[in-house]
Amino acid sequence: MSAVIVLKPGLLTTIQDRGRWGWQAQGVPVAGPMDPCSHRLANALAGNDPGAATLEVTLIGPELEFEDERVVAVAGAEFEMTVDGRGVPANSAFVVASGSRLRFGARARGSRAYVAVAGGIAVPLVLGSRATHLISAMGGLEGRALKAGDRLPLGDPMRARRAMSVQPLTPIVALPGTHAHIRVLAGPQQDYFTHDALDVLQSRPYTISHQSDRMGFRLDGPALAHARGADIISDATPLGALQVPASGQPIVLMADRQTAGGYPKIATVIAADMSVAGQLGPGDTMTFSVCSLADALSALIAQERALMAVEASAAP
Amino acid sequence: MSHFRIVPAGDSALIVEFEERIDPAINARAIALADLLQAAAIAGVRDVVPTYRSVAVFFDPLRTNYDTLLERIERDAGRPAPDAGRQAEPLRIPVCYGGDLGPDLGAVAAFGGISAEEVIALHASATYRVFMLGFVPGFAYMGIVDARIAAPRHSTPRVRVPAGSVGIAGVQTGIYPAETPGGWQLIGRTPIKPFDANRAQPFLMKAGDAVRFYAIDRAEYERFA
Repeated sequence: MSAVIVLKPGLLTTIQDRGRWGWQAQGVPVAGPMDPCSHRLANALAGNDPGAATLEVTLIGPELEFEDERVVAVAGAEFEMTVDGRGVPANSAFVVASGSRLRFGARARGSRAYVAVAGGIAVPLVLGSRATHLISAMGGLEGRALKAGDRLPLGDPMRARRAMSVQPLTPIVALPGTHAHIRVLAGPQQDYFTHDALDVLQSRPYTISHQSDRMGFRLDGPALAHARGADIISDATPLGALQVPASGQPIVLMADRQTAGGYPKIATVIAADMSVAGQLGPGDTMTFSVCSLADALSALIAQERALMAVEASAAP
Repeated sequence: MSHFRIVPAGDSALIVEFEERIDPAINARAIALADLLQAAAIAGVRDVVPTYRSVAVFFDPLRTNYDTLLERIERDAGRPAPDAGRQAEPLRIPVCYGGDLGPDLGAVAAFGGISAEEVIALHASATYRVFMLGFVPGFAYMGIVDARIAAPRHSTPRVRVPAGSVGIAGVQTGIYPAETPGGWQLIGRTPIKPFDANRAQPFLMKAGDAVRFYAIDRAEYERFA
């Protein structure tokens, strides 16, 4: 089976697909891409099924060698990229020849890019998914981040659809600089906080601390006051929930979150804004505003339409 | 008949909350609701997750009929509670208590003002309920532990707890399925794996199961392991 060889791993490069759904009742975290939109866009551009596994690149990109000719597409954070020394565009498909090297250079914007290779990264499925969950060492390649010398098996590109030959697309999710505005819906446990806590949440920016990772963004900013203690009986942990421990500083639950937690959650990031949030990194800031369910859904529908349009134009 | 409320968690999840207590009867209601919703295989639903006293329903909002989902949850959550005491034959799990495999056995004994032998006898004489799984794949939160051995967790968690360690944290007991950090009082270790992705049945336990521990000696532990 043909493969991609990892020459340099970058800071944190993991194999991700749409996530390991269906096993949270057994304590299995979902994992999956931090920016689901860019992951899906990269797959569409490379002619892959949306369920194919890509490489999630974080802040410092890898250097990869391809054993055979493949269509490749990279979406998400903007990096300088070269194939055998020649620049290649983001948000567009390109062909790499057998033995070619894709090298990531300086990063301009965003934190995470997705490398889709036609045929997908074909590591074995674990509980139905190839997504890497780092803490439980599950999925991906031995459940860990990639390292130099790794050989990543590729799926059969003949079964995949043909790649698009288009000009680079405008990204579907506008990449944030060092700040993003994130919309949330109140709850599930806003009644565990003082009446003004939701106003406090929306009052000033929060900074993503350096203790943040794929599990969650620990925020520094205006403290949110609990009305009846910071402990609840352990409860499920939705993606994007802002859980608030005794310190009053919220933690945004991200892709690798555990399946349950014992802190009340004041609000939850809307699905359409999770991709933007996933492009932020330590030191970046976010502001929050509460929106309506109708606004949340129309934003999600707009995103879905844009993605489906790309997928449709990539279809045979 | 206990109360429940349905609260949204963002646009892609609903949480059904029952009374806020750790109680086998309430937990049985949550698990029964989760089983009904799981079996209903509702279009767009990605995951149904029972916890101590709630059920989370994760769904794709673009592929789910929200009103139908809500109606279904309201109907099923309102059904009478099943009998929490009517449990299947308990799963029996061997544990080698104390020594280097259970470094906190002495501390738990000191907590209760009893001997190490009494701690073992108390821990192994109760039938526990699996209230929920969480923390890491296959980690079962079990209870309710006898008050005399319900020692609180360590204020500073250990960086590494070996896989198979059996711990106590207040009225809860559990088995670490993999080596992870952890703050529970470690009283022994089991050679049985609660989770093995390569096994035909990857998970040994599910929420609602009954579990009993029994003591084995070091030689038996080594034979099992």
